[in-house]
Amino acid sequence: MILLELFLTFMKIGAFTFGGGYSMIAMIQYEAEQHSWLSQPELVDFVALSESTPGPLAVNMATFVGMKTGGLLGAVIATLGVVLPSFVIILIIAKCYQRFKSSKAVDSVMSGLKPAVVGMIGAAFLSVGRTVFFPSGLQADRFAQASFWVFLGIFAVSAVLVFKKVNPIKIIVLSAAVGIGAGYSLDL
Amino acid sequence: MIPLIQREVCENKKWMKEQDILEIVAIAESTPGPIAINAATFVGSRTGGSVGAALATLGVVLPSFLIISLISLVLTEFQSVRAVQYAFMGIRAAVLALILKALWMMFKASKKNGFSYFIMAAVLVLTAFVKADAVFVIIGCGLFGLLWPLLIRKGHSDDTA
Repeated sequence: MILLELFLTFMKIGAFTFGGGYSMIAMIQYEAEQHSWLSQPELVDFVALSESTPGPLAVNMATFVGMKTGGLLGAVIATLGVVLPSFVIILIIAKCYQRFKSSKAVDSVMSGLKPAVVGMIGAAFLSVGRTVFFPSGLQADRFAQASFWVFLGIFAVSAVLVFKKVNPIKIIVLSAAVGIGAGYSLDL
Repeated sequence: MIPLIQREVCENKKWMKEQDILEIVAIAESTPGPIAINAATFVGSRTGGSVGAALATLGVVLPSFLIISLISLVLTEFQSVRAVQYAFMGIRAAVLALILKALWMMFKASKKNGFSYFIMAAVLVLTAFVKADAVFVIIGCGLFGLLWPLLIRKGHSDDTA
């Protein structure tokens, strides 16, 4: 049953995410919570690993979640599910491309979807931010803990590097090193 | 990924013309699903029909699939190691920065008008705070985008009438 659930869920995700992998995070998170497949920190770790490995984020995430919840077969099924809608839709569109391209309706729908993607990524930013800075809920004494400031520092430096177009893999490796160093020296 | 597709598909293999790349990107971005998958299916279907589409899609998925499967196996082995846990604590903060960049890029690429801002804010509230199912949010936004010009035009013609 888990296999069917994986397939249908990832098919849904494949059919309704626009604008690349990051808009998918909010949706995967919603589904993962509904099915209790992943914890929030696990989800963020998978995003990091997906970002540091080649290939589309969506496929990487599907393989990860499938593997975690249903083993190798689960990974195959989840990946198939996330790819299938794209595949079918593109096959259809490739046949009637001219009409699709000049369609006013497609333009109008996209005018609603593009800002929606911004909102979705915004939601992902908020929930991942919560996981990073307030893992055990919003507490005032969190600001007195060293780990909060370590993570804030890593985030700030990473943000500067990301906007300076440094390769994400380098940033992830660097932040891992800082995490290990700070973890042992502060005994987090 | 797009520059890579362009070099392989247009320059090396000569499957499609340079200007076709823009079409591929436009289509991949205005259809659901991962952009790389959409592009692979489209190029495959144009050059080799349905079989070409299936093989191109399989080709782009397979390396990811193998690499991630391997990492998953290794990850479960090392998840309990303290250093690995610390590393991921640091990495999570960096991922937040990557998401911020994606947010900024998508914001820059979208239209700056009241309609756009309204949808951004509504989607943010619905997904982050109301915890609405993202599928319904996306369908709603698509419909809203589709109907909005009609509503405006109707309002406009009422004015002139």
